[in-house]
Amino acid sequence: MSKSNLTRRGLIKTSAIAGAGVALPTIFTASSAAAFTNEPTGGSVTLGFNVPQTGPYADEGADELRAYELAVEHLNGGGDGGMMNTFSSKALQGNGIMGKKVEYVTGDTQTKSDAARASAKSMIEKDGAIMITGGSSSGVAVAVQGLCQEAGVIFMAGLTHSNDTTGKDKKANGFRHFFNAYMSGAALAPVLQSLYGSDRKAYHLTADYTWGWTQEESIVASTESLGWETVNTVKTPLAATDFSSYIAPVLNSGADVLVLNHYGGNMVNSLTNAVQFGLRDKQVNGKNFEIVVPLYSRLMARGAGENVKGIHGSTNWHWSLTDDASKAFVKSFGEKYGFPPSQAAHTCYCQTLLYADAVTRAGSFNPCAVAEALEGFEFDGLGNGKTLYRAEDHQCFKDVLVVRGKENPTSEFDLLEVVEVTPAAQVTYPPDHPMFAGGELGACNPGA
Amino acid sequence: MDAIILQILNGLDKGSAYALIALGLTLIFGTLGVVNFAHGALFMIGAFCAVTLQRIFNISYETIDESRTDFLGNPMTVKTPYIEHWFGPEMGGAIIDWSVPLAILFSIPIMISIGFIMERGLIKHFYKRPHADQILVTFGLAIVLQEIIKYFYGANPIPTGAPEVFRGSFDFGVMLGFDPNAIIYPYWRLVYFAFAAVIIGGVFAFLQFTTFGMVVRAGMADRETVQLLGINIDKRFTIMFGIAAAVAGLAGVMYAPINSPNYHMGMDFLVLSFVVVVVGGMGSLPGAVLAGFLLGVLESFASMNEIKSILPGIDQIIIYLVAIIILLTRPRGLMGRKGVMED
Repeated sequence: MSKSNLTRRGLIKTSAIAGAGVALPTIFTASSAAAFTNEPTGGSVTLGFNVPQTGPYADEGADELRAYELAVEHLNGGGDGGMMNTFSSKALQGNGIMGKKVEYVTGDTQTKSDAARASAKSMIEKDGAIMITGGSSSGVAVAVQGLCQEAGVIFMAGLTHSNDTTGKDKKANGFRHFFNAYMSGAALAPVLQSLYGSDRKAYHLTADYTWGWTQEESIVASTESLGWETVNTVKTPLAATDFSSYIAPVLNSGADVLVLNHYGGNMVNSLTNAVQFGLRDKQVNGKNFEIVVPLYSRLMARGAGENVKGIHGSTNWHWSLTDDASKAFVKSFGEKYGFPPSQAAHTCYCQTLLYADAVTRAGSFNPCAVAEALEGFEFDGLGNGKTLYRAEDHQCFKDVLVVRGKENPTSEFDLLEVVEVTPAAQVTYPPDHPMFAGGELGACNPGA
Repeated sequence: MDAIILQILNGLDKGSAYALIALGLTLIFGTLGVVNFAHGALFMIGAFCAVTLQRIFNISYETIDESRTDFLGNPMTVKTPYIEHWFGPEMGGAIIDWSVPLAILFSIPIMISIGFIMERGLIKHFYKRPHADQILVTFGLAIVLQEIIKYFYGANPIPTGAPEVFRGSFDFGVMLGFDPNAIIYPYWRLVYFAFAAVIIGGVFAFLQFTTFGMVVRAGMADRETVQLLGINIDKRFTIMFGIAAAVAGLAGVMYAPINSPNYHMGMDFLVLSFVVVVVGGMGSLPGAVLAGFLLGVLESFASMNEIKSILPGIDQIIIYLVAIIILLTRPRGLMGRKGVMED
C-alpha cells in the first residue's frame, strides 16, 4: 500500500510557486521596451493570413491564400511585381516592408467566429504577427476585428460585405477594402430600374445573420426609392440547404422579382431551387419574373452552373476588367496558378499591398502610425479606379461593378460579364448614415 | 388550400430523402444493432457518384483555337468530350445529359462495395461494444469520408443537372382547378418522389417475398435461433449493410440535381434522419418511412410565412419539437416494437 505525503498546505505552496513561474514570461513581456505589439526587431516581419481553410468557404479561402502568397512574393521583389507596378503610390520598392523580408503564417477561420479569433490570437501571441488579414464572412470579420483592436494590431479585412463591419462594429485598428451591402444596393438600383422599370414588387429571401440583415435593409431601401414595393421579406436559416418551401409561395405572393440575399452555399441552393421551380419562365403582373442576386462571386456562380445566366448582381472586382492594374494582376495570378483570380483574391492582395505601403509611408510598423497613413489615403492602380480609404469609418470608396450571369460563356471562368461600372460618387454615403450608425471607431490601440 | 397542397408536395420530396436515409439506418440497426452515424456520408458519396460519372463523361481532348484567346491572351484551348467524339455530338451530348440517371447503375456496385468494406473492415469490430463507441467510430468515419471528398472535389457545390427533359416545372394547380402559378412543382422533384417510392417498395418486397428477406427478418426477430438452425446470419446481415449503403447512395444520386452536391450534404441530413428513425420507432422499417414523410411535410409547413409570423423560428425546431411530443406520448416512437434498445 502506498502512502501519499501530499498535504493541503503543501499543495497551496506548490501551486503558488508554479503560478508565479507560469506568470513570469508575461511579466517580462509587459515590462519590455516594445512600443507596440510585436514590434519587429530582426530582419523580417510576420503577417498573419487568417482564411477559411476548412468549412464551406474553403475554396474561397484557398484563393485568398494564393493572393497573399503572390503579394508576399511581389513585396519581397519576386515575380513580375503585379499591381505594385500600377499602384499610384510608389513607396514600395520590392525589398520587403521597410527593408524587412516579409514572412507569413496562416490560420484557419473555419468560417466560425470562435475558431477565427483563436487562430488570430495564436498568430499574434505565438507567431508574432504584426498584422492580421483575411476571412470570407462578416461574422468572422467583426469578431477578428474586435480581437485585433484589443491586441493592438492592424486588421485588414478580407471578403466582408456587411454594413456593420465599417458601421456599428467599426474599430480604429480595422480597415476594409471590400465594398458593402449599401454600395450593392446603390449600384444595382439604377440598373434594375432601367432593366425592369419602376413598377415592381419584390420578395426577399434573406440569410438570417448580420450580413443578410444589412443587405436586405440596403436593397429594400434602394429599390423602394425607385418606386418598387416590397411584398415580403423572409428570413431563412443559415444552415438551410433546401429552399423549396421558401420559394414555392413566391409566385403566389404577387411578387414579380425575387431578391436572394444569400451567399455561398445558400446562394447556390436557393438560386438552383428558384430556377427549378420555373420562376424565370413565368409572367406575373404582366411582366417577366426576375431574380436578383445582389452579391455575386465567381466561385459561387460556378456552383450554381447555368442557373446564373442572365441574373444580375454586384461584385467588388472581376478578372475581365481591362484596366492596366487588373490586367497586371490577372497576368501575375494566372501565370502562377493557371486560372484567373476571384474577387476575394483581389481584395486580399490589395489589402496586403495597402498595408505594406502604409507602413512604408509612415516609416513605422506602429499600428497607430499605419492607421494614420491609411486614413484619408487616396490611391489608384489597384483595379478599382480612384479609391479613398475614408478616415471616418475606414471604408474604401471606389467604383462598384454590376454584373450579369453570362448567357454564352466561353470557358469555365467566363461566367459573369460586367454590365455597368457604377462610379464611386454614386455609392458614397455620409459617415453618419443611419444604416451605419451605432458604433464608434474609438482610438487606435498600439498594444504592448 | 393551394398553399397547403404546395407545402405537402414540397414536404414529400424532402420526406423522400429522409425516408430513404432512415430506411437504410433502420436496416443496419435492425440487423446488426449498429447505430451508423456514417450513413449520411453514404448519401453524400452517392451524390458524388453522379458528379463523378458526369466528370467521366466530360473527359475531353484539347485542341487549340487560334481565332480565340483565353484570359491571359493566349490562343484558346478548346475541350471536346471524347464521348461526343466517339458517338457524335448529338448522341454524346445526350449521354452526358442523362449522366444522373445513368449514375444509378454506376453507383450500385460502388455503394455495395463501400458498404461491404465499411462493415467488414471497421464496423464489425464494434458489434459487441457499447452504442456510444459505435456512434463515435461511425461519426469519425463520416468526417474522414467527407474530408476525402472535399480533398478531391473541393468545398464548393458542384452543379449536377437533371436531364433536359426533366428541367423546369409544371403547373399542378391548373390541373386541380386553381389559378395559374398557384401550385408550381418541378418535374425532377416528382421523379425523385416516384423513385423513392419504387426503392422503398423494392426493399419491402425484397424483405417480404424472398427467402433471403425472410431469413433476414427472422434474424432481426431472433438472431440466436436462426443461427442454431445452421444459417450463417452474419453473412446475410453483411449483405444487408451493403444494400442499406446502396439505398442511401441511390437517394444521394437522384438528389444531386435538386441541390448541387457538396462534401457537407451528408451531415445536413444525418441528424434529421436519426430523429426520423427515433420518431418512427427504432428498428421499425415502416415507422422510418412514415416518420420520414411526416417530418418532411411538417418541416415544409413550418416554413410557411403564415406560420412563421405567429411562431418565429419554428421552421428550425419543428422536427425536434414533434420528436419530443411523440416520444413523450409514445416512448417507442410511432411504430416501435417492445424490447428494441430497452435492455
